[in-house]
Amino acid sequence: MKLSSPSEPRRGFLVASITGLMGLITAALALPTAGYLLGGSKHKRPTDWVAAGDIAKLEPNVPEQVVFERIRRDGWKTVKEKASAWMIKTGEKEVVAYSPICTHLGCAVSWDGAAKNFACPCHASSFGTDGKVLAGPAPRALDRFDIKIDGTNILLGQIRQSDKA
Amino acid sequence: MIKSARAWIEDRTGLESGINHFLNEDIPASSGWHQVFGSIAMFLFLVQAFTGIMLALNYAPTTSEAHSSLRYILTELTAGRLMRGLHHWGASMMIVVVVLHMLQVFLWGAYKKPREATWMLGVVLLLLTLGFGLTGYLLPWDNRAYWGTVVTTQIAAKAPVMGPYLLTLLGSEDGQIGAVTFARFYGAHVLILPAVMALLIFLHVYLVRRHGVAPAPVETAPPIKFYPRQVFKDTVAIFVTFAVLFSLAVAVRVPLGKLADPTDVSFIPRPEWYFLFLFELLKYFEGPLEIVGSMVLPGIAVLLLFLTPFIDRGKAIRLRQRTGAIGVLLLAVIGWGGLTAAAVSSTPHRDAWKGFSAEEIAAVGNFRRADCWKCHASSPGESRPGPNLADIAVLRDRDWLVKHFKDSSGEAGRSIRAIQWKQLATFLPKLDDDNVASLHAIPQTLVDGALVYQQNNCGACHFINGAGMKTGPPLNGVAKRWDRKWMEEHFIDPDSKSPGTIMPAYKFSPADMTAILDYMMYLTD
Repeated sequence: MKLSSPSEPRRGFLVASITGLMGLITAALALPTAGYLLGGSKHKRPTDWVAAGDIAKLEPNVPEQVVFERIRRDGWKTVKEKASAWMIKTGEKEVVAYSPICTHLGCAVSWDGAAKNFACPCHASSFGTDGKVLAGPAPRALDRFDIKIDGTNILLGQIRQSDKA
Repeated sequence: MIKSARAWIEDRTGLESGINHFLNEDIPASSGWHQVFGSIAMFLFLVQAFTGIMLALNYAPTTSEAHSSLRYILTELTAGRLMRGLHHWGASMMIVVVVLHMLQVFLWGAYKKPREATWMLGVVLLLLTLGFGLTGYLLPWDNRAYWGTVVTTQIAAKAPVMGPYLLTLLGSEDGQIGAVTFARFYGAHVLILPAVMALLIFLHVYLVRRHGVAPAPVETAPPIKFYPRQVFKDTVAIFVTFAVLFSLAVAVRVPLGKLADPTDVSFIPRPEWYFLFLFELLKYFEGPLEIVGSMVLPGIAVLLLFLTPFIDRGKAIRLRQRTGAIGVLLLAVIGWGGLTAAAVSSTPHRDAWKGFSAEEIAAVGNFRRADCWKCHASSPGESRPGPNLADIAVLRDRDWLVKHFKDSSGEAGRSIRAIQWKQLATFLPKLDDDNVASLHAIPQTLVDGALVYQQNNCGACHFINGAGMKTGPPLNGVAKRWDRKWMEEHFIDPDSKSPGTIMPAYKFSPADMTAILDYMMYLTD
């Protein structure tokens, strides 16, 4: 394709200018857009401790689903919502709380009393009472909540990601 | 590899030859810088589409969440203010550029035969651009948006015969606007208008190609190609436009006002600057004549604009031979400019804090007493250790804030009482772009006066700006009723001025007396 008019060097300058200026505009829009879409919220809130049941009411070594209310910042909204944890009382003043979310792809795990393990209904992962993977595609053990015991009240904090198996 | 892929695409789609065909259009040798406006307008439309989509990705289009989601964009997201700034200023610039484009076409007589349809489509595109402005104005759902749109819908309601139907179409019932109006405006803004606009831009450009760029009265040189000489000029113009737009978006903050409040009678509604002339026009037509200002005159103007190619059928293109056209244009510019200037000069300036209650002004006082500025800046862009109150929204609950005040203020906050901390904790979350400056702007003597008022619990009987009790006389306008001396004597011995009053005597220190009198004398309305 041969184009007529401006002599070659001048034409080269024009084409380079067009490409350069358009490139600058694109970059000036693309960079902020990346920050806008990928940056997330600038104000991370530390997770508050929430009361989640009474340790005296838990049976030793029997997993129980404890439902509690927490306040969460959801985009532009602050929502009060229900959340749950699988709790196992391991001693007089000791309890572990697992996040009920399968570490594979996020389905909710439930306690299988007969098989004595936590079973994921999606891809058949299962976890022991120590949280470790027994079977299935789950890449790591169940995540645990930070726990504080205040008298007999159980306080749950942030969820800590378990190490890779 | 790349070469064969290119050949395959060209063979199956004709993409490359299509682009080449588009770029190699013949244009008159006289073409130049005066013809860049159409390209700029198209570019701005694309920027608006892009930034609009970006905003929509973090925006909840309902009356209950629009304001908070926009606040989230502005205060919590990287480049959120930039996106909104680009969209806001892009809208204004698009109006300017579209009008410049029309001016150029008008002055060059480029609307004449055979380009009448191109011009008429252009007029429709102008109206669509204004439609974008009108519908987009509501979407922040702050006071500005709410009251501006109330006026818009009420104007539509006064149309003869069609009025009630128009009002229903705009989703308004009983003169109120709300969720339905919002949904209609949002739907128009993001679904209907963009689709229609894109289609008409396509047709407009098609017609430009069909008839070619309008030549000068006498073309002395043979035609040239559109690419690269004219494309270069268009690109430079686009770049300059973009640089201006970007600078505006960064440097001039677009405020998000108070959440739409139908009970707020102190708000002064004004439309966007490009509608001010219509707004002003309505002041000159009263009663049954109102419709002349709201519909008849604007309708005639649009019709004349639309029919320009048929009204001016003369063959003359040279400016000097078209004195009539130039005269009409000058009249239009003078009329528009005059009305806009009149509207601007008649808009009262009102500081946001003038609507504050005494407790709110006292809260500003305690903010200053506790030296919160040590850690928190309150003007845009300033950096201090704590969050800048002009750049974030205060989202913490009251208990957290009160504890934070006590823990962080140290010695400076020692003398501030629990109730005052609570009032500050109630006040801070109300800060927004329109009133955050009040932390600086309220004169110290008024702040001191409001503190005296608050500490002496005057609000238990008196009422200022919507807060307090009405056992005693409301104090708005008290400065017009009594002079300073009278008030001072009234504080010292109320019974001597208003026999039988239940107001107790107040023995203020001289400084407190000066402050509270200053505060009372400021309450003129």
